[in-house]
Amino acid sequence: MSTITPRAMGQALDRLDGADKVRGLARYAFEHPVDHPAYLFPVQSTVAVGRITGIDCSQASGQPGVLAVLTYHNAPRLSTEDGELRVLQSDEVAFRGQIVAAVIAETSEIARHAASLVRVDYEGRTHNVDLRAEVPGHREHLRVPNEVLPLFPMDTAEGDVDAAMASAAVRVDEVYSTPWYTHNALEPHTTIACWTEEGCTLHLSTQGVTGIQAGVAQAFRLDPSQVRVISPHVGGAFGSKVYPRADVVLAAMAARSVPGRPVKFALTRQQTFSLTGYRPPTIQRVRLGAGSDGRLTAIDHRSIEQTSKLKEFAEHSTRATPSMYAAPNRGTQQWVAELDVPTPTIMRAPGEASGMFALESAMDELAIACGLDPIELRIRNEPDTHPQFHLPFSSRNLITCLREGARRFGWEQRDPTPRARREGGWLIGTGVAAATYPVLRLPGSKATIRADANGRYAVLIAAVDIGTGTRTALTQVAADALQADVEQIDLRLGDTAYPPAAEEGASAGITSWGAAICAAADQLRQRLATEHGGTVPADGLEITADTPENEYLKQYAMHSFGAQFAEVRVHEETGEIRVPRQLGVFACGRIVNPKTARSQLLGGMAWGLSMSLHEQSVLDLRFGHVVNHDLAQYHISSNADIGAVEVHWIEEDDPYVNPMGTKGVGEIGIVGVAAAIANAVYHATGIRIRDLPITLDKLLPG
Amino acid sequence: MEAEVTFRVDGTSHRLTVDVRTTVLDALRERLGNTSAKKGCDHGQCGACTVLLDGQRVNSCLALAVAHDGAEIVTAAGLASDGELHPLQRAFIRHDAFQCGYCTPGQIVSAVGMLREAEAGWPSAVTAGQPADGGSGGSDGPTVGILTDDEVRERMSGNLCRCAAYANIVPAIQEVARG
Repeated sequence: MSTITPRAMGQALDRLDGADKVRGLARYAFEHPVDHPAYLFPVQSTVAVGRITGIDCSQASGQPGVLAVLTYHNAPRLSTEDGELRVLQSDEVAFRGQIVAAVIAETSEIARHAASLVRVDYEGRTHNVDLRAEVPGHREHLRVPNEVLPLFPMDTAEGDVDAAMASAAVRVDEVYSTPWYTHNALEPHTTIACWTEEGCTLHLSTQGVTGIQAGVAQAFRLDPSQVRVISPHVGGAFGSKVYPRADVVLAAMAARSVPGRPVKFALTRQQTFSLTGYRPPTIQRVRLGAGSDGRLTAIDHRSIEQTSKLKEFAEHSTRATPSMYAAPNRGTQQWVAELDVPTPTIMRAPGEASGMFALESAMDELAIACGLDPIELRIRNEPDTHPQFHLPFSSRNLITCLREGARRFGWEQRDPTPRARREGGWLIGTGVAAATYPVLRLPGSKATIRADANGRYAVLIAAVDIGTGTRTALTQVAADALQADVEQIDLRLGDTAYPPAAEEGASAGITSWGAAICAAADQLRQRLATEHGGTVPADGLEITADTPENEYLKQYAMHSFGAQFAEVRVHEETGEIRVPRQLGVFACGRIVNPKTARSQLLGGMAWGLSMSLHEQSVLDLRFGHVVNHDLAQYHISSNADIGAVEVHWIEEDDPYVNPMGTKGVGEIGIVGVAAAIANAVYHATGIRIRDLPITLDKLLPG
Repeated sequence: MEAEVTFRVDGTSHRLTVDVRTTVLDALRERLGNTSAKKGCDHGQCGACTVLLDGQRVNSCLALAVAHDGAEIVTAAGLASDGELHPLQRAFIRHDAFQCGYCTPGQIVSAVGMLREAEAGWPSAVTAGQPADGGSGGSDGPTVGILTDDEVRERMSGNLCRCAAYANIVPAIQEVARG
């Protein structure tokens, strides 16, 4: 693969949309100006499972300003097998909070009030929403998922774990759990839908306009060309806006019932908790067997998760485990329980965020059991090649990250004894954990480059910028691919009017889209040289190219690595937990824009702190809904929760991953943080917390 | 039920008839086409809708339009004058104190209000001498000296940032606070 020479890449450019964002002038989906809009408000089920026995819309319909009330009686029939998208298609209810009706009205106030007047009667059935209740008899209730988030085998086995565990000098065998987490992007899911004779236009907050276009087209039996999806700015997403969900379909449906009139639909914060997906809770068992020198002989990682009865979604909590440490006997297994709950979805570092909490906590427990420094333990178990795929790594700098982090953090002065440091009523501890995330490329991207005779290049791709800095970083990539200056590049994205693009997810945006842009730039140069004597003709030249295959994928295992360090303070009297200091060192290939990449890593580390200490969707088992469904009760880290955070990276020159040499930085910042904090809490207090979040009640005596 | 109100928004007067259930935030966004302030929670829990209302930072999603007839409202769009960005806006860009940008107008307006509050001597929960801090308070009461990073973190904690740009927001504000 030819790699491109970095000139713009590596520059810490300010965000190209910064001046718009600081004034609030960057337009998010709901802010697109439209004439004479109508407003939509949904009615949600109040039972977790059952059947609708009656709907009385008379009071709602009678309100002045109400344009229509949609129910399963009058909603258009949809053509989709995706249970999440089959909105208002039957009288069945599969989870509490499912959309059972919706009101379209002249104003948002009228729509909301009228929705409260729709009377729905149900015949409820006994529900099962409790993952923990499934575990005791799990052979009976649980099943192996049909597919885990793709690309990796879900169950792996090599050697004989049980025999190796039986003969191991040192063993760790523990169960860890992570709760139901909700994304809570600050911009709720919003849509403006307009239906005309030509088709449907959606201004939408999404991570992938192309995928939404396909999903909506199928549901409404349209050709994809009849669905246009526009998403220039997205107010955060974190996985919750990858797949089309019920809200998008409902908005399109509503627009179809008032043709020619734009319909505006913004979910309330409360509604997002049941309608936009979540990180599934996990119950994980990790078994580690080692010699007394800490060298692993067995690694086994099993995970139980939940999905809904509408649609299967399973994240791969055990995916990272076979990539981390050498051990001749290894296994991973995953199960899902189908419950009467909403369908979970991708959430930042799906799989790794939950799974590495368990594995890296267990590694800390093993280090203590062996009397080894946890960094030394990881160094002793560093594999020469990928333990599962038996391929060399395209680049692997985990040990460098750990050593560099240890030096910067001041790890060598650490007394490993728990409860050894006290300051004014606070117990102080430090912890470390490893991080990893695979280098992924998602299929389905094309890029068009239009060169004009004045030396400018229009670069067109239906990618999106969800806040990651795509607009800026991809402009830098395009400049280097075209051997031009950033000022010569006019990047256009966020619209299905441009060539299709994979969704923004899996830290694969720059890899998937950038590779397509590089391919188009290559072809442009060749065409210019062979057909136009090296100069752009007066009427310009246009080239479209796909993301090419990467021949090295079969030859190398490709992963980012990192080391997470944390200092915690736990108050002896109250159990209050603070994290005054976090430090991360990452090896994630070439950094396209040090300014925006640092922000992504910083953000990921804060997410890690938040998942460790603050976040938990609390389910009311009696009714099957998340009770703390707002930002006052579902606490995400606020400014005062974050202390000093240091982000560093190792220079990596990896010619195998893609033409840019990038590995992606969106996910890895969160991975390992929860383990580092739990390990630090153990160091501070001598109490091992294996169930997130780490709250003060778990640290206070009985 | 409807009522007529007058607002001065970012220096321009508007007269409009609103449903009495309409919030200042919805009046700005849905009626006046000023979408600088954002709706993140509609419950005063995230701060994305922060505007200066008669000079003070408020959550505009909690303010009913009908209750603020005649108000002077400043959004982040109005902080920039004659095409010149406000110093805090420039500092936010320089420090990359945002990612998705959705909380950003609220953060910046909140920072403007917060710096005024500190200058006026309003204490916060972490101000030295506050009873919560274990200090006596004394007859002089708490004092606000130079804003520490902890003061900024505490005073800005009503503005959530899910991208978690906090570690950049604090130095961006400090750069302006300390001149």
